[in-house]
Amino acid sequence: MHLILFIVFAGLCLAGALNLLLQKHPINSALSLVVVMTSLAVLYLLLGAEFLAAAQIIVYAGAIMVLFTFVIMLLNAGREERTLGSKAAVALGFPAVAAILAVIATVILKAQDLGSVSLSDGITSTEELSRVLFHELLLPFEVTSVLILIAILGAVSLARKGHGDQEAGK
Amino acid sequence: MIPLSWYLLLSATLFCLGIVGFLVRRNLITIFMSIELMLNGVNLSFVTFAHQWHLVKGQIFVFFVMVVAAAEAAVGLAIIIAIFRARATLAVDRIDLMKL
Amino acid sequence: MTIWWFVLWSILKVLVVTVVLLTAVAYTVLLERKVVGRIQNRWGPSRVGPFGLLQPLVDGAKLFLKEDIVPTSVYKPLYLLAPVLALGCALISIAVVPFGNPEVAPQGFRIFQISDVNIGLLVVLGITSIGVYGIALAGWSSNNKYSLMGSLRSSAQLISYELALGLSLVGVVMLAGSLNLRVIVESQAAHGLLSWNIFGGFQFVAFFIYLMAAYAETNRAPFDLPEAESELTAGYHTEYSSMKFATFFMAEYANMITVSCVATLMFFGGWTSPLGNLIGPFQNQIINAILPIFWFVLKVFFFLFLYIWVRGTLPRFRYDQLMNFGWRYLLPLAILNIVGTSLWLALKQ
Repeated sequence: MHLILFIVFAGLCLAGALNLLLQKHPINSALSLVVVMTSLAVLYLLLGAEFLAAAQIIVYAGAIMVLFTFVIMLLNAGREERTLGSKAAVALGFPAVAAILAVIATVILKAQDLGSVSLSDGITSTEELSRVLFHELLLPFEVTSVLILIAILGAVSLARKGHGDQEAGK
Repeated sequence: MIPLSWYLLLSATLFCLGIVGFLVRRNLITIFMSIELMLNGVNLSFVTFAHQWHLVKGQIFVFFVMVVAAAEAAVGLAIIIAIFRARATLAVDRIDLMKL
Repeated sequence: MTIWWFVLWSILKVLVVTVVLLTAVAYTVLLERKVVGRIQNRWGPSRVGPFGLLQPLVDGAKLFLKEDIVPTSVYKPLYLLAPVLALGCALISIAVVPFGNPEVAPQGFRIFQISDVNIGLLVVLGITSIGVYGIALAGWSSNNKYSLMGSLRSSAQLISYELALGLSLVGVVMLAGSLNLRVIVESQAAHGLLSWNIFGGFQFVAFFIYLMAAYAETNRAPFDLPEAESELTAGYHTEYSSMKFATFFMAEYANMITVSCVATLMFFGGWTSPLGNLIGPFQNQIINAILPIFWFVLKVFFFLFLYIWVRGTLPRFRYDQLMNFGWRYLLPLAILNIVGTSLWLALKQ
């Protein structure tokens, strides 16, 4: 059962990621990224990270990617054009990435004491998660909330129309 | 029973596909999405290691990564909108000047 | 072997619930036409069957037999995907809703809930947030300016009000100490009406925030700007006809039902009786099993009626008013409610 679920959703993940690279239109890429994220949420569930699976769906698929599609729709971004830069990137990039992947894969496969996972492993409860988050890691949590606030302010001031337009508007 | 190394291999592959997208694609938004893909690949390995060591903190790290990704998406997309207003294009090769 | 029985049993439950839900959607449409008709001093549908009760069947047949038009300039894959996505997301979230007392489980098979998930509430919120794609893609792929305007409005509105919606439920979650919908309901079961979260838990502010955010989430009046007829013809589904239009229509009503179910579970004690233990457990086991379902359906019906009543009464908001209302009033109020509830909980300990 676990094997079937893993193969299906890992396959969906990889297919989505490949589709992201191959599609010409940004909106298709965005949707394949949504597929990747939702199938990752299922993989988190298989690893017993229940709350993270929900957060993955709500935050990534439901908020961040909606923002992406919203911007793509707003800008009506069309197909992209091939240029010289991308050819050089292809020529140099593919071997380099293949090398990185090979290195990481060797390290992972050589690792000795990696465990295994099964459906009966039990689930990390939300209570456990929040106890660590709000007791031991309270300061980082508060700092990230400040980060979010700064990001909101930055986004608002960046996306607002230029100063000239604004004064004309007033 | 599935060995954890399969999850790690999947996460490495996702990360590398993200790098490929970052290098090959020429559209600003697609490049940005490739970065999100890389972050997701890394998140998967965090959750896998959290399972390996039975530690909750690995999962909490993913939580923080999500928060940062949300902040990054908000600011990044705002920058993209600002660039599109100024240049009317999203091709990165055409956005190579500091001035208009 | 047991796992296959479990799968078979789940599939059976899914089929039954889907059929019941779609029937409920059809009759909610009839209810809306009847009630809005009465509010506007006319009869509403009354010709087909006694009191017009067969009208949904005829409507369905009509939509099914209409010519299915795909305009030439649409982006076809997404144009076809969008209605499926909208209806799919609307139907899935009902899976975690407990309709009756889930403790009723002959031979270990739970009858009244498809799946009892620890994070049930988050599942509902997550699936609702995926539902945005249906509307956004419908508008974009139609290649029509009204559709695009409608879907841009809708995605901005859904993102904005999702915050208020999620935050308004945090107070209830803190009171119950769980995200499991069953546990949340059981935490309100002690003294009937008095222990419901809206009265006993002092969550009435949260309830009104939830109600307004939910109206905006489901694109219903007075926040139905994405499909405002007077300015956008039909909004995001302008280019859809026949069954594809019907799919969007069903998705909207299924969403209404889900939102009403969640309101019932979170604030109105779910399947518990408002009289508490005054009319205690009966001798007959079957009545004991059926009565909770009666209360649940009654409460959901009340919320659906409220939806229709509001639609028949209030005028539509302007778009800037909508955004201001969400960000300037609902969101701060929801945060204040969280602060208040946690202070109360801390002082009570």
